[in-house]
Amino acid sequence: MATLFDHAIRLGDDALILGQRLSAWCGHAPMLEVDLALANIALDLIGQATLFLKLAGEEEGKGRDADALAFRRDVLDFRNCLLVEQPNGDFAQTIARQFLFSNWQELLMMEIAQAPSPALSAIGAKAVKEVAYHARYASEWVVRLGDGTEESRRRMIAGLDWMWRFVDELFDPEDGASSLRPAWDARVAATLRAASLDVPGPRRGVLGGRKGHHSEHLGHLLCEMQFLQRAYPDASW
Amino acid sequence: MSKASKGEGPAREWPLWEVFVRAKNGLSHKHAGSVHAADARMALEAARDTYTRRMEGVSLWVVPSSAITASDPGEGAALFEPAADKIYRHPTFYTIPDGVKNI
Repeated sequence: MATLFDHAIRLGDDALILGQRLSAWCGHAPMLEVDLALANIALDLIGQATLFLKLAGEEEGKGRDADALAFRRDVLDFRNCLLVEQPNGDFAQTIARQFLFSNWQELLMMEIAQAPSPALSAIGAKAVKEVAYHARYASEWVVRLGDGTEESRRRMIAGLDWMWRFVDELFDPEDGASSLRPAWDARVAATLRAASLDVPGPRRGVLGGRKGHHSEHLGHLLCEMQFLQRAYPDASW
Repeated sequence: MSKASKGEGPAREWPLWEVFVRAKNGLSHKHAGSVHAADARMALEAARDTYTRRMEGVSLWVVPSSAITASDPGEGAALFEPAADKIYRHPTFYTIPDGVKNI
């Protein structure tokens, strides 16, 4: 049975790692407007991560705050799902990741907003509004790219193809999130239909993120994200 | 940046949209700026992300810039200068009650 600490650290790590990933688009997006939108989403996620990790630190009771958990943990101690640590790739691959994740996260946050722990439910209630926008934004891009030019369609399919094997982990029965699957399937299928894209066929899901078994990508991400706090602990300016 | 923003000609650029923000209920929408977007929905989202991220508004309008007809600066004299000496058109002879913020 997962404790409140386990729960908070998973949610916090999901948001933190995806927030960091998306931040890498800043200054590189295809259009200024898209640049701002991705940075906004990244900031929403990092804000959620701060709240979830703070709660995790309090639950743990060892004096670690959100910064300590974010910047002074090693890769094996991260509990994010594998989906969020996947590389940005091209814009379509980033959108594919966001689309699959945000639709899941929105359903999850709706559930968490009703959680028995008041600390957890307050974060869920705040996050659900932000995430609803992320899901809408990503879904609309899936339709635009899928139903756009030959090239955008090819890239969208490739992006979904890359990300699809990490979907099963989101609904791992060990996390108790398997009940969200039918609603998620329905949402994703509806958007893909509007984009005239096929739902990718079933494939063997890759699991392990929740136990700390990460892909090589996460270590590189943490290198960059944690560098400053590692090199200059407690630096401030 | 994409080819579109390297100025390969107007055909590769997304169309421009003018953004109007209503700061709070009861006030009118005010022009805030413009965004590039491929369709109206994308324009609304870009406007939301660009112009309301610091709680500037409660409502947004986006209008294709091409739908706006502007006055000709060359006609400025005929259009606007005749109003210059007609101060009686200003409601400056009324006293505004204390506490009224918008009139």
